[in-house]
Amino acid sequence: MTLLENFWVLVALKALVIAAVVPLTALVLGYAELKISAHMQSRIGPYFAGGRWGWAQLIADGLKFFQKEDIIPDRADKAVFKMAPALVLMSTVALFVVIPFSPSLRVRDLDLGIFYVLAISSVSTIGVLMAGWSSGNKYSLMGGLRAAGQLIAYELPLVLAVVGAVIQAGTMSLNGIVEAQAAWGIPFVIPQFLGFVIFLIAVLAELTRIPFDMPIAESELVMGYVTEYSGFRFLFFFLAEYANMFAMSAIAATVFLGGYWAPGLSDAQLQYLGPIILVAKVFLLVFLFIWFRWTFPRLREDQLQSFAWKWLVPLSVLNIIATGIFKVVF
Amino acid sequence: MAILPGAGLLKGMKVTLKTLFTRPVTVNYPKVKEIPVPRARGVIALDQDACTVCMLCARSCPDWCIYIEGHKEEKQPDKPGGRVRVRATLDRFDIDYALCMYCGICVEVCPFDALFWTPEYEYSEGAMGDLMHDMDRLQDWLATVPEPPAVES
Amino acid sequence: MVIDHDQVRHLSEVAVSVELETPEMTLNIGPQHPSTHGVLRLVATVDGERVFDVKPVIGYMHRGYEKLAEVRTYPQITALINRIDWVSGYANEIPFIVAAERLMEIEVPERAQYIRLILTEMARIASHLVFNASYPLELGAATPLFFALRERERVLDLIEGVTGGRFHPNFNRIGGVKPNAGGGPTQRKVSQDLPKGFFEETRAAMERVLSVCDELEDLVAGNEIILARTKGIGVLPVEVGAAYGVSGPNLRASGVPFDLRRIESYLPYDRFDFDVVTAQNGDCWDRWWVRLEEIRQAARIVIQAIDGIPSGPLQAKVPRVIKVPQGEVYVRAENPKGEMGYHLISEGGQGPYRLKIRSASYSNISILPHILEGVLVPDIIAIMGSLDFVLGDVDR
Ligand code: SF4
Ligand code: SF4
Repeated sequence: MTLLENFWVLVALKALVIAAVVPLTALVLGYAELKISAHMQSRIGPYFAGGRWGWAQLIADGLKFFQKEDIIPDRADKAVFKMAPALVLMSTVALFVVIPFSPSLRVRDLDLGIFYVLAISSVSTIGVLMAGWSSGNKYSLMGGLRAAGQLIAYELPLVLAVVGAVIQAGTMSLNGIVEAQAAWGIPFVIPQFLGFVIFLIAVLAELTRIPFDMPIAESELVMGYVTEYSGFRFLFFFLAEYANMFAMSAIAATVFLGGYWAPGLSDAQLQYLGPIILVAKVFLLVFLFIWFRWTFPRLREDQLQSFAWKWLVPLSVLNIIATGIFKVVF
Repeated sequence: MAILPGAGLLKGMKVTLKTLFTRPVTVNYPKVKEIPVPRARGVIALDQDACTVCMLCARSCPDWCIYIEGHKEEKQPDKPGGRVRVRATLDRFDIDYALCMYCGICVEVCPFDALFWTPEYEYSEGAMGDLMHDMDRLQDWLATVPEPPAVES
Repeated sequence: MVIDHDQVRHLSEVAVSVELETPEMTLNIGPQHPSTHGVLRLVATVDGERVFDVKPVIGYMHRGYEKLAEVRTYPQITALINRIDWVSGYANEIPFIVAAERLMEIEVPERAQYIRLILTEMARIASHLVFNASYPLELGAATPLFFALRERERVLDLIEGVTGGRFHPNFNRIGGVKPNAGGGPTQRKVSQDLPKGFFEETRAAMERVLSVCDELEDLVAGNEIILARTKGIGVLPVEVGAAYGVSGPNLRASGVPFDLRRIESYLPYDRFDFDVVTAQNGDCWDRWWVRLEEIRQAARIVIQAIDGIPSGPLQAKVPRVIKVPQGEVYVRAENPKGEMGYHLISEGGQGPYRLKIRSASYSNISILPHILEGVLVPDIIAIMGSLDFVLGDVDR
């Protein structure tokens, strides 16, 4: 018990847990994507690895990446090239810090929780830009620049979309937002439906998933900013992509779907059921993302920009105004 | 046309969701195998006894990937007083499957019905040179030749 | 203060030239790139995402078929030429065989003509399904590809059931179709007529093809993103298309009802009821839609043909060693990609003296520099994909 009270031991323990959780979520979500996409396309998908349903497919893939040669192009800016995947993964890991899994199960409850999330999540774009810039490849460069353009376009609706929820909750702490929803008795998705939709669209753009995967765009830019990466550096990007998907879905679930809270459960029950409820909600959102990805084509960069500036930003501002009036009047 | 913005997107999502709950059409290859049609051109089988070393197949092959060598053999008559027959015997009959383009001309031109298609396809090799099948290997394929399908008239 | 107007103007000019200047960049797309359909290379001059100029570089897949044909006999050439446009292998054989038959003045039996027609239309379905499915993939949607390939597999199975080959049937013979081949160890050569059950299976397959067309329409046609990506993109004006020799669905999408099935008589198309599908705008979307409609029309032709197929021999009487009399003939046919023609010159030998191949894709991609001027980088892929070319057909 005394050991657990030591600050540094606790920090190390929490870091260790997150270090284990991040690849785990990436594995689970990656596997879900493989399987669901396969069945949406009348295929079976992975089948042999691990003996049953190919559950070990991604573990095998991961091991394969470790065996591969780490190729660094001759014309690459070596230091930046090496650092970029780490930066991308780091920002993802940092996101996990504030996600409340139950009333007490979280690494840290920041007062500015949601603000922290939005700030940190854009750091990964800097990593993407670094990767694109340093690869010494025109496709990578274009991918990186597209990612940067996308970030600027979508950061604004992302922030504005949560403002509505924040106004309603009266706090920026993620835990506080969940508690506000519990106090209300309904998740914010109902009063803040517009905000929720805008947030989801912006998250899709932030995650560079179809229909907004222009920075990768296999058919145009080969693989965009990851074109030159191989081996475990590529694995970093891969892990970051799925872990990021989990984290952003968790944020969306927390802010709009009530997070770990479910109606009719007491506080004590939430203590241990909370993580399950949250993960279930996350999977719901992830399924939606996967579903989008395997149904839609991608937009063009300029169409995305005009969509963001002409529709999402005004709509989210409208949402804020409406929420503000609502809050003041009632 | 769509009445609501996004109605087309929803329609597409309905299609993928429906497929998600239908049976996949692919099979897991090494465990489950699809049976090729009887006429499928998988690999060529050779009936050594029927072949008369006429070389017609080797000459009509568009990329000349059949290699034939043979010699004449005298066959002593069964009963004394009979004629001595000369019979051509194969020494070598190789088909280089690395070069073959599976056109089927050799099978078609053979005047003595010594060549047949079989739908077998599992003979890939790690090295290109191993794709050269000699006459014994080609003879082995003979057991896999299927019955020809009935035809519509 | 006295204003020096000259200087004011000068300053404003400075301000203009200070505007961010971005150098042009040469972007080399291909020869190895996910969406150049093999080994096409495009040298694009771009400024950011804007394309100034595109130069297609072809020839990476040149296999010299015209020269190869000069040193081969007629039956051997049939086996080679179905590799030109491998997506619709069967359709490639027809014009060549018809050219040789015209020089030899052979009357092809009815049944053989019908079988040719059925298989050609099936090849068209297979080819268009590949296009209609892979085009959304170039725009980023992977799923339609699998739906269409699923049904194409049935069509290919049918082709394989008849000919023995899925992509390279090599089923046409001068004077008809392959009459017989090795049967089995106990048998002499057996007839290669349509296998039993072919008609029912075909009917079922055509129904599936029609239903996957509906599915594709649901998945793609109403999709706002696809429409935004394709409508008004890559418009091909009729005059330009005609000047470059564009043919097939690409030209029909621009509104020209030019269909060799109606004009030429290489197969008995005049006995069938089908529409020549045209569209008005000539953009990427219209090219996609025209091909989808053509699948439906092709299925219609196939159904009519299996209903009306006469019985009879599969091949006319031809000499054992085929020699084509001296002469010169050009036969063109409506292939899935457009007009495919063979100019055959014979000196009376067992093989042609010269065989000139006019392939559709070659002419179709020659308009790339014209319609890619001034578009955005993602549109290069969208437009290139919508022209539906196969590199084997371009380089031969
Ligand atoms: S199938 Fe064609 S290429 Fe192959 S061996 Fe026979 S004739 Fe030659
Ligand atoms: S054509 Fe037939 S008989 Fe003649 S060599 Fe070839 S396999 Fe033997």
